[in-house]
Amino acid sequence: MMTQNEMLEKANPRHVFDIGDLSVEEIDDLISLAESIMEKPDAYEEVAKGKKLGSLFFEPSTRTRLSFEAAMLDLGGNVLGFASSDSSSTTKGESLSDTIQVVSNYVDIIAMRHPKEGAPLAAARRCLVPIINAGDGGHNHPTQTLADLITIKERKGRLDKLTVGFCGDLTFGRTVHSLVNALCRYEGMNFAFISPPELRLPDYLKEGVLARSGHPYMETGSIEEVIPSLDILYMTRVQKERFFNEADYVRLRDTYILDLDKLHFAKRDLAILHPLPRVNEIAVEVDDDPRAAYFDQVHHGKFMRMALMMKLMGLEDPLKK
Amino acid sequence: MDVSKIEEGLVLDHIKAGMALKIYESLKLDLLDCPLAILTNVDSKLMGKKDILKIGALVPIDLAVLGFWDEHMTLNIIRDGEVAEKVQLEKPSEIRGLLECKNPRCITGQERAIESIFYLADREKDTYRCAYCDSMWEK
Ligand SMILES: [Zn+2]
Repeated sequence: MMTQNEMLEKANPRHVFDIGDLSVEEIDDLISLAESIMEKPDAYEEVAKGKKLGSLFFEPSTRTRLSFEAAMLDLGGNVLGFASSDSSSTTKGESLSDTIQVVSNYVDIIAMRHPKEGAPLAAARRCLVPIINAGDGGHNHPTQTLADLITIKERKGRLDKLTVGFCGDLTFGRTVHSLVNALCRYEGMNFAFISPPELRLPDYLKEGVLARSGHPYMETGSIEEVIPSLDILYMTRVQKERFFNEADYVRLRDTYILDLDKLHFAKRDLAILHPLPRVNEIAVEVDDDPRAAYFDQVHHGKFMRMALMMKLMGLEDPLKK
Repeated sequence: MDVSKIEEGLVLDHIKAGMALKIYESLKLDLLDCPLAILTNVDSKLMGKKDILKIGALVPIDLAVLGFWDEHMTLNIIRDGEVAEKVQLEKPSEIRGLLECKNPRCITGQERAIESIFYLADREKDTYRCAYCDSMWEK
């Protein structure tokens, strides 16, 4: 019999907290695997038989939780966990690290959502199984980025040599920061950052990641100015809380609504992405346009989570034997 | 002002004026029971004003902490009343347990018994990054 400490030492699990924890090659492999699962889901329905996902949501996020849980069920595994911290033991004053160590004795992999930034690293201190960060406050959410990447790949057939526009709240939008980080690692990219001056991309991204990558980028206040050149348009929500007064908010909100008028000048094969939930930044009339890809992201997200869980649990691709 | 020479111990010299107390606290020197002298605002040809810290025993000392606060100070090891060794300091690439993250949304503010970890982000700008939440720590 092994002691818990011996088990911890032996386990040494691989975690994914941030999209940067995966190399470009690994991301490409995950996309291939997800595409393979999408094509032949039947071949994968028993891959994770007997495995259990710990779905630990310390704050509610119904769509992300359901995506992870559906992903595990579709691989033939099971799910246990909680949907908000009311039902978890943290309310009894137990540390996150203790909660996670306990749960890691029952499950094979953990998907964790937590309101505090950096929570996954604290959780991994003494954990027997891989942890996937399903969102830690405004910090990271790597499986959203994986869903974004596979959607771009599906639409454009590649992840390099693309002109990508990001529109809306670029200051606080963690999905934007994470996708910029991921795309900067590919060749021949071009970026356009469309936002009001109050919500521009933070300097650390411009001076750090972007400057180092050498990819050209421009900042503008107008969608119309850049939309004809874009291959991808990544829309985000402009939140009312970010503004000092109502008048500014209303003015800016309307400037950044994507509708068919603005799309008139866009390429025919543009792909429009949005991390959802949407409020009104994309007019409903755009949903029927073939360029709308935001519900595809939801669809793809589940398959990327299946691929990622297979990889972290070390499960073989049955079609690659 | 004259503080008698030490026979055996450590002398931290050329500390930026006003920093000696910070270093004293960071190294938890209050826990020592050997003689100890903190000199501040001493005239210096090189620096105008400087601080000096003298520890009257050869105690183990965290070089990373010293390098973090000021890599340009000098650390002399004294044996038999002479400088036996001069230690070159370096900005540490990682610093544990010393700093508190200033981000109110960071897990380190909530989780008990968690050791803070910061990585050197920019050597020139002297900034460190929280290993947990990635926020920057500037002096
Ligand atoms: Zn932090």
